[in-house]
Amino acid sequence: MKNLLSSAIAIVAITAVFGFGYPLVMTGVAQVAFKNQANGSLITVKGKVVGSKLAAQEFTSPKYFHERPSAVAYNAMGTSFANLGPTNPDLAKNVAAAAKAILKLEGPYNPGLTIHAIPVDAVTTSASGIDPDISPAYAQLQARRIASVRGLSLETVQALIKKNTVGRSWGFFGEPGVNVLELNLALDNGSTT
Amino acid sequence: MNGQGISQILFYSVALVALGYPLGIWMARMYVSARPAGRFLASIENGFLRVVRTDPAREQDWKSYGKTVLVFSVLFWALLYAIQRLQGHLFLNPDHMKAVPSHLSLNTAASFITNTNWQFYGGEYTMSYLTQMAGLAVQNFVSAAVGISVLAAVVRGISRRSSDTIGNFWVDLYRTLVYLLLPLAAVVGALLIWQGVPQTFHGHATATTLQGVHQTIARGPVASQIAIKQLGTNGGGWYNSNSAVPFENPTGLSNFIEVLAILLIPAAEVFMFGKMVFARRHAWAVFAAMFAVFAIGIAVNLPAEQHGSSVLRNSGVNITQASGQSGGNMADKEVRFGQANSTLWTVATSDASNGSVNSGFDAQTPTGGAVPLVNLFLGEVIFGGVGSGLYGMFFYIILAVFVAGLMVGRTPEWLGKKIDAREIKYAALGALFVPTMVLTLAALSIVTKSGLASVYNSGVHGFTETLYAYDSQSNNNGSAFAGFGLTNFSADFGTIAMLLGRFVPMFAALALGGALAKKKIVPASAGTFRTDGPTFVVLLVGVIALTAGLMIFPALTLGPIVEGLMH
Repeated sequence: MKNLLSSAIAIVAITAVFGFGYPLVMTGVAQVAFKNQANGSLITVKGKVVGSKLAAQEFTSPKYFHERPSAVAYNAMGTSFANLGPTNPDLAKNVAAAAKAILKLEGPYNPGLTIHAIPVDAVTTSASGIDPDISPAYAQLQARRIASVRGLSLETVQALIKKNTVGRSWGFFGEPGVNVLELNLALDNGSTT
Repeated sequence: MNGQGISQILFYSVALVALGYPLGIWMARMYVSARPAGRFLASIENGFLRVVRTDPAREQDWKSYGKTVLVFSVLFWALLYAIQRLQGHLFLNPDHMKAVPSHLSLNTAASFITNTNWQFYGGEYTMSYLTQMAGLAVQNFVSAAVGISVLAAVVRGISRRSSDTIGNFWVDLYRTLVYLLLPLAAVVGALLIWQGVPQTFHGHATATTLQGVHQTIARGPVASQIAIKQLGTNGGGWYNSNSAVPFENPTGLSNFIEVLAILLIPAAEVFMFGKMVFARRHAWAVFAAMFAVFAIGIAVNLPAEQHGSSVLRNSGVNITQASGQSGGNMADKEVRFGQANSTLWTVATSDASNGSVNSGFDAQTPTGGAVPLVNLFLGEVIFGGVGSGLYGMFFYIILAVFVAGLMVGRTPEWLGKKIDAREIKYAALGALFVPTMVLTLAALSIVTKSGLASVYNSGVHGFTETLYAYDSQSNNNGSAFAGFGLTNFSADFGTIAMLLGRFVPMFAALALGGALAKKKIVPASAGTFRTDGPTFVVLLVGVIALTAGLMIFPALTLGPIVEGLMH
């Protein structure tokens, strides 16, 4: 009985401090010190939110760099893995279909392109479904198409890829990737199609 | 081989010891000193103790300590259930979430009070801000603090002689929450916000994409929750894809901070133990045993994932690691983490009973995916969950000295205490209960129609998923092979697994601590088996592998091993 009363009091006190006090103070600090990050790293163009630096969005137009496949159609409200086991026949089917689509899309701009030149991240779903990055290799594969469709030189496109490549943190942690949304925004800002 | 990736893993290992050691020394002070943190903080502490009507000078015996833990946990379970059921009518619900179904609510409430954080739901589309923040996130602190408090009490029992009591739960709970978890969470949380994890009370954001499509982006007070979910080996994410989602884990640096936070306190506890029982060399031996198993996990998982699955290898696409890509099995993995950081996280989270993921385990290669499975079956004592990992390790240490005693024909001793039949019974119960329950529940689940309804992938992979699901819940880990669906059956079975998996070993540990506290110290003699050398490390790893491993090997042959042979 004494335990019950003590527990009830402790639960109220703990919920007040750790359930409200802690997140409220953290939010206060965040909104002052890191306003942009704290609100989702949103990207605004001409006063309109066009997306977040941290969420992939679907690109199908040939004038844009494309994202990795997503198991949830790039739904930033319902992230998910594909959860296809390594021996699941659907995995083989999806990979083959993705590779075929890429060959069809990039083939005309890359004579002699074979499946062996497609980097693995281009045909596999990301873990979050909204991976904002593609590998530098996949960006390179798409560069000739972008240059051709947009009437840019390959060098210009490659310079933009380089500029929008997110390196390892402090040059050490993680792996390099190319932020697709930022890269496409850079293309839209710098060229007319 | 991926040299840069390996150097990241080595750096991680060094950082773990460099930060874990001083933290362990601080923790020992927290649980031994009458006033660890100055007069002002002591007065607040005394205020709390007065409010919960406890006298810090009056300690509890193990039964009384355990009873308090149980009442406190059950009451919180009820509160958590109520919040989920009523969230639709409560405040802080900007995205208008409805009541969570009752079986799921029971499962989720059990999941969070037991430090499991198994999730049968996607947080961003099921739970209101109130539920996440004032319900689930509070448990990230509380369930962690309960585990660490129990460990402190057990260690106190080991260190004492001829004593009936092992400490006061309310003192231990308060100190763990306020002197350990809160400051660490604030620091980690601030670092994560800086790296890009949202911390806001605005509802979801809406955007119009470059191609003119409407996009909704889930956000919320995420960082404050993520910080403690890693530190407290909880693992329940804000988002469904957990720490793979860029909003939970945006950069290589945030990944390093989070994966370090996973093992930091479990590693520090080993040094705390060494300090409290005046046996630093023994603690290093225990750390060495843990680290050896951790390193083996990396050494198996990384090459397997880098080599890729047969489907990817046969597809013809380029999976070779190079400067332009991490390569390997990228299915359900993120570009910014690549193979090395996905492996590091996989091994750390499955060793530590954390359960958060930064890649999808379901898509790992058969060999790679066997690593988290085996780690789970080792009973979560390789670092393990906060508190529970080390007191779980004590069961195996007792079994190891018992085996050594049998070999040399002497009464086993541990840290100057004679180990008798009673201690062996507690240790055996603590070590064997969970694997037995896992096998039972998994077996019932695959022979019943309602059990099979949870399985997404057919054949042996479906069996692996089932085994993993019950293994994960019983061991209070919470990670999933993910391809395991929510039904009333799986929710209720899971609830049973999590509650028994938490409290049976906890009470075995408390009983062990209580029994050892009563004993006298016998001076070491020439015949005493040394527990601080390489022989002991090898013996300890061997005992863990034999007891936990052999129980599960037959089941493993039905799942991942068959899968590996088939492809």
